[in-house]
This record gives sequence, structure tokens and C-alpha cells, in this order.
Amino acid sequence: MEHTQSEINAVQLRYTGVGVSPGRVIAPLIPMAPPVAAPPEGDPLVEEIDGAVERLNDAATAVKAELKERAERARSEAAAEVLKATSLMAGDKALIKNAVKLVRNQSLSPERALWDAATGYADQMRTMGGYMAERAADIEDVRARIVAELRGMPAPGVPQRVEPFVLAAEDLAPADTAVLDPDTVVALVTSSGGPQSHTAILARNLGLPAVVAANGVTDIESGTSVFVDGSAGSVVTHPGAEHEQAVAAWHEASEQLANFDGRGALADGTEVALLANVGTADDAQAAAAAGAQGVGLLRTEFCFLGRDTEPTVEEQTEAYIEIFKAFGSDKIVVRTLDAGADKPLPFLTDTTEPNPALGVRGYRTDWTTPGVLARQLQAIAAAADQTEANVWVMAPMISTAGEAEHFAGLVHAAGLKVSGVMVETPAAAITAEQILDRVDFVSLGTNDLTQYTMAADRMLGSLAELNSPWQPAVLRMIERTAAGAHAASSTSGMHKNVGVCGEAAADPALAVVLVGLGVDTLSMSPRSLAAVAAVLSRVDPEQARTVAQTALDSTSAQEARDTVRAQLPVLEELGL
Amino acid sequence: MAERTATVASRVGLHARPAAIFAEAAGEYENLEITIRSDGEGAEDGMDAASVLSLMSLGAAHGDKVVLAADGDGADEALDHLVSIIETDHDAE
Repeated sequence: MEHTQSEINAVQLRYTGVGVSPGRVIAPLIPMAPPVAAPPEGDPLVEEIDGAVERLNDAATAVKAELKERAERARSEAAAEVLKATSLMAGDKALIKNAVKLVRNQSLSPERALWDAATGYADQMRTMGGYMAERAADIEDVRARIVAELRGMPAPGVPQRVEPFVLAAEDLAPADTAVLDPDTVVALVTSSGGPQSHTAILARNLGLPAVVAANGVTDIESGTSVFVDGSAGSVVTHPGAEHEQAVAAWHEASEQLANFDGRGALADGTEVALLANVGTADDAQAAAAAGAQGVGLLRTEFCFLGRDTEPTVEEQTEAYIEIFKAFGSDKIVVRTLDAGADKPLPFLTDTTEPNPALGVRGYRTDWTTPGVLARQLQAIAAAADQTEANVWVMAPMISTAGEAEHFAGLVHAAGLKVSGVMVETPAAAITAEQILDRVDFVSLGTNDLTQYTMAADRMLGSLAELNSPWQPAVLRMIERTAAGAHAASSTSGMHKNVGVCGEAAADPALAVVLVGLGVDTLSMSPRSLAAVAAVLSRVDPEQARTVAQTALDSTSAQEARDTVRAQLPVLEELGL
Repeated sequence: MAERTATVASRVGLHARPAAIFAEAAGEYENLEITIRSDGEGAEDGMDAASVLSLMSLGAAHGDKVVLAADGDGADEALDHLVSIIETDHDAE
């Protein structure tokens, strides 16, 4: 009876956000489980002691087994390591012993006893500082999981299910995304987070439809069937026949977009090399398999993250060789270490900075910790020597032509030939000509360039509209950079390549605008290559320039996007 | 009571992966109560060697000396094996 009643009451509700990764699906929506609240201080034992101890042991064993099982089917080795380590903590003999002691001697409830015992360890780790302090969060995660298990509540974080579902959350943190299983999570919807949030980046990497900044989606009741459209940015509850048709139409169109033939070009044959953003050796293999014409952004943080000391030159060399080998003699653009801000490293960055996004990050860490960059360049050069790869090297977070000149000096001293810099700051964009008088190429990091041009934090959902690469001001920065490159090319008689390696390049409509603004190459998540290639192949250079001009002349990101999309009917045709 | 002194070989010290490997190995000897403490501390400060949290709170860095102790059948063999784990640089593997 109850079931029928709820069906009668089902009202179709529509939520609108920003579509950040294309695709249409219908599946039940499951929200991220809420954080676990602490049991009250001194919460008394209200059950028989032996039974309480048994419950405690059972809960810890269950959590340990669940984490271990998840470690075994984790997608990456790094995620497996984290899960394995937390699984060991959940079954830790000393932790359980301390908690049992609190139950027996102080008559605390098993929930509070476990909470206190785990907090003791977490606090101890925190006072030790550095790497150990970071492990305190792992202990607190285990603490929450065991307490949730004792209460018979869902474990905090990403729900673990066998059936496909749409995951709803306020926003996803990198730690959540590491444990997300793309076989069961079929779409992501968030109430917060912008187009450049971790959620958006992850969704594009996994090829999952995603809508961000859709206010209210976290209030949808768990299990409600929803339709998600990752292009239109809409989420609709209790979908009807028209939504089922839309899903079917997407499936048909997406078959056309399944493959990239390895050659990016406009309708008239003008080449626009389409490259991949890569962060690990696995990524490199996947990118090569997807037909990428090289690597436009090799993030080297994978060598450094999760360590509290610098990796040796030999270790780094080996890691780079593994990646270079995947691409034969193709171009590989290596970005030197980009630590700081959202990617702190204990041996390089100062986490007490009041404003890390404007702090010592990227290339600037060479001022505070000189030597790390030179050794990294040495390792890149050694790897380049031992492979066929056409290696280009660029520095992140450059603000002046002087910095670019100094970096080029380091690159050449290491024996590498091609040097470049990222354009992520308005300062670099408006001095592109002077910068390119000193280096061979630039690559636009549109995520940071947007954040710094618009003075809007990438992670804030409330600023999603400002934090869009469609903002005319950001497009003008790109135009200015391309113009600077053009001027520097004329002066030097050498072509100075302008690439884009930010998330903007993965949006097929924006890709047309970028080419129209004078960008030479686009680098993106391999999943997006086929869609971008399909759209570019239907546009000629003149049309790209016209489209770009309308975007520049718009008064807002929304207007720029809408007017550009209206001029490119191929997008609708392909369901993009 | 059998005892051994070992020097931590892993560059990150006795935490993270090296601690996990060691705690798992110590946990395999279910019939033995194996303890670990910093060199110079009294035997009563020994902590459960099979507890990864205890190992982490020990805070043993690269080059630090730790003392392992155990009592019972097979204690000597167990400790020899565990010493070899501590004296391996797991970070380099």
C-alpha cells in the first residue's frame, strides 16, 4: 500500500545546474552518506558487557573486511594502498584492546569507547606533525566507519552498491573519487562545486555524465529514479517516456563518438593536434590506446605525492621512461612539479600559508627549496635520452618573462632542448610576447587562468558562473596570449606553439572557440578526444574565428556559451 | 624472554607501508606476544608489534634502533624474521 501511495504522490521535479560531462542516464539516485556524529562524551554502557565487547569486535572485523575487499578491487595501486592501510587500522589489536578496556573499566558504550580510543591515536599522530599528522585523518575515517557499523548506519562517504546508481553529493573530494567504482556509479550530480571542481575533472576522466552546482539535488530522497543530462545540466526526478527516448538517442549518438582516428583537423584539413593530459603510466597507456597524438600535459606530481622525502633522480627517471615509452616518438610535454595550493608536499610547501592559491606554488617552490627542480630536470633529460620521445618541458605558475628566462636556462643546462611555460596567471597572458621571446612554447592552464582572471575560487560552487572558461575576460586572456605568440613567432622566425591543457579543451564547443582564438594544439582527458575531433572536423577556420568573436563580444559566460552553441548545430546532432 | 635490537632501514621510518608490512608479519605469530619499543626504554614500555597504530605512535625514523621481545615457542625464529623486515628498505622496493 505504502509503495502505491508514494507513486501517486510522485511529482516530477527538475533541478538545473552546470553540465560538465556529456551523457544521459536514468538510474536511482543515492546520496553520499552524511558524516558520522560523535557519540556524546561519557556515553554510558546500557547493555551487558560481554555482548558489548562482542559487538565492538564484530564491527571492527566487518569494517576491516570491507576495506580489505575494496582494496582488492581498487582501480589504482595508490587507492589500494590507502585502503589496505586503513583496513589494517580498523582491525588494529591495540585500538580494539584500548576500546574494550574503556567498556570494561569505565562502563562506556562501545561507540564512545571506540571513539575515545581512536581519537587518542589520532591526536598523538597530529602532534607528531608532517606525514604522521596526515595519517590522523585516516584514523578518524576508520573511527567513523566502526561507529557507523555499530549503529547499523551506512558507512560515511561514497555508498558501496552492486546495482548502478547516480551519486549525489555536495561536492566530491579527491579521497572520495579514489574509491569510486565506475561500474556502479553511472552519473555524478552535486549541489556545489564548479565546472573545474574535482567532481567535474573526475567525471570527464571516467566518461561519466555529470551535473554540478545543481542546488537541491542532495535533498532528493535516496532511491528516487532520476534522469541526468550531463550536457544540458539537468536532473529530473521520476523520469517519463521522453527521458527514456533521450537516453536512447544518446546511446545512438555516442557510438559515433566512440573512436578517435588519431588525427585532429578542421573541415578544410588544417591540423589541430589533439593530445592527452596524463598523470600516471596507466593513464599514458590508456591515452595512447585512445589515439592521442602525444601528451600535452604530463603531470609529474605522481612521483612525489604521498611521500615525505624527495624521490631520487634514478626513481624519477625510471617513472618517466615508463610513460615516454607509451608514445614512441610523439611529443610529450612534461610539466615540472606543481606543488602547493591544493597539492601540498611536506618537503616543499608551507601549509600554514594564509592564502595558498596565491602562495609559494608551482615554479615558485624553486625559490624556497632550490635544487628539487634542477634534479627533476636532470631525471627528465635522462629519461629523454633513453627513449625516442620528443620531450618538451614547461614550468607551472609563471608570472614574469624573467622567470621564463631563468627556467629556460635550467632546462638547457639539464641538456633538454625545448622549454616552455604554463600561462595560468593574467600576468603571463598579457606578457606572452616577452615570455615567448625567451621560451619556445606556452600552454594555457585554463583552470587556474580562470580562477586568477576572475578572482574566483575554483572550488566554490557559489562562484560557478564566474569560474567558467567561457567568461569573455578569460577568452580575451587566451586571445592576448595567442597574439603574443604570433608576434614572437614573427620576430624570431620560429613558430611558437600555443596549447591549451586545461579542462576548457575538453569541451567540444569551447574547443572551436579556442582554435578560432589562435590556439594550435589542444590537450585533454583521453575520453574527450573523439567528441572534440568530431566537432572540429565539421568546422572551417573562418567559422571558428567568427564563433570566437561572438564569444569575445558576449557579456557573460552563459551568453558566450549559448550564442556559440547556437552557431554549432553539430553539437545538438551529436548529443554533445 | 628473547630480545633483538634492529635498526630501521626504510627511509620513511617505521610507518606507512613499512609499518603495515611489519605489523602484518608480526600478526602472523598468533601464539606469541611480540612487543616493540624504542632502544633505551624499559621492557614495560613494549607495545604490541602487530598493531600498526602502535608502530606509528612509536615514531621510529630511519636509522633509529628498536628492541623486539617475545616469549615462548619459536620466539627466536620469529624475532630473527622480524628483524630482517625492519632492516630492509621497503621504500626502495
